[in-house]
Amino acid sequence: MGVELTSTRIADAAAWAKHVREKQNIVDGATNWGRKFSLFTYPFVTACCGMEFMSVAAPKYDLARFGAEFPRFSPRQSDLLMIVGTITEKQGPALRRVWEQMAEPKWVIAFGVCASTGGFYQNYSAMPGADQVIPVDVYIPGCPPRPEQVLDALLLLQDRIQQGTGHSQLRLAREKALADAALTGHE
Amino acid sequence: MAKKVLDALVAKHGAAIVKTEQIHGDEVAWVKREALVAVATWLRDDAAMAFDYPVFVTAIDRLDWKPLNRPPSEAWTEGQPRFEVCVQLRSSKHKHRIRLKVALAENDAKLPSLTPLWAGFNWQERETFDMYGIKFEGHPDLRRIYMYEEFVGHPLRKDYPKDKRQPLVRRPDLA
Repeated sequence: MGVELTSTRIADAAAWAKHVREKQNIVDGATNWGRKFSLFTYPFVTACCGMEFMSVAAPKYDLARFGAEFPRFSPRQSDLLMIVGTITEKQGPALRRVWEQMAEPKWVIAFGVCASTGGFYQNYSAMPGADQVIPVDVYIPGCPPRPEQVLDALLLLQDRIQQGTGHSQLRLAREKALADAALTGHE
Repeated sequence: MAKKVLDALVAKHGAAIVKTEQIHGDEVAWVKREALVAVATWLRDDAAMAFDYPVFVTAIDRLDWKPLNRPPSEAWTEGQPRFEVCVQLRSSKHKHRIRLKVALAENDAKLPSLTPLWAGFNWQERETFDMYGIKFEGHPDLRRIYMYEEFVGHPLRKDYPKDKRQPLVRRPDLA
């Protein structure tokens, strides 16, 4: 007994899967479009770059034009972590914890050379880049960066969000694919 | 400036003073370690001295030190005391300053704490301990103040490797 799979039914299944995938792409695209224009920033400000961050956020350069309207001071209410300034090895666990507490999907910008590589603080206490403890999506060079560079980085990040290629987006997609595969028994 | 402080100190505690010098207008007295507390107590309590303000405590690591614009004979050599502990004091009453210095050998880097005399030295001595590993005996709470407890060694010692890192966390996805 048993149901015999004909080639027609396999073709039907494939067509249906393609249809679902396309629908899903439209949904994902719309979701990501919404996400990229409604970033909630958590400013992890540790050093002098904070002055430039204020300049970017203030009316002259106005981060709000790009939808990153409100800095949130709770990681649970934010999805964009701006690491603004030098990160020390002692701060590593705190930074990691803040990132873990943020809402998924989440993105990280390393603001300035210190957050990106440690900058000129190559010593016993400074961490050589925040990406030693958390994945960073966009790095902004400069000591400190010009506000224009920060806006440029935000546009780059928006592109990444739309394409779904942010670190956390890729990780969630990978986890979902693995879960689906485990559910259906296919690899 | 405070030459009279130095003269009074030598007159009162001559046996405790190794040598005195003046550097950039600051009077410096090199004090024997075992006499430090007696000298400091006198500086604080004597009415003509009245050093009531603890400016700073720090240390200097002389390992492999080569003097700039000084005769090469002053360079550090093996067997000389490796550390200097500097104690800067000021009197807000008489407006004078003095610096006490204690020379310490590498394998005997400890001296009596001055925190019981000036509470303001508490964190400064902790910092000197944290950065140079100098033990202040009698300090009420000699813990690291800047570095984390897991940190091994003392980073401002000249033999601490410049590029050595002691991370607390790293990303699990980076091998």
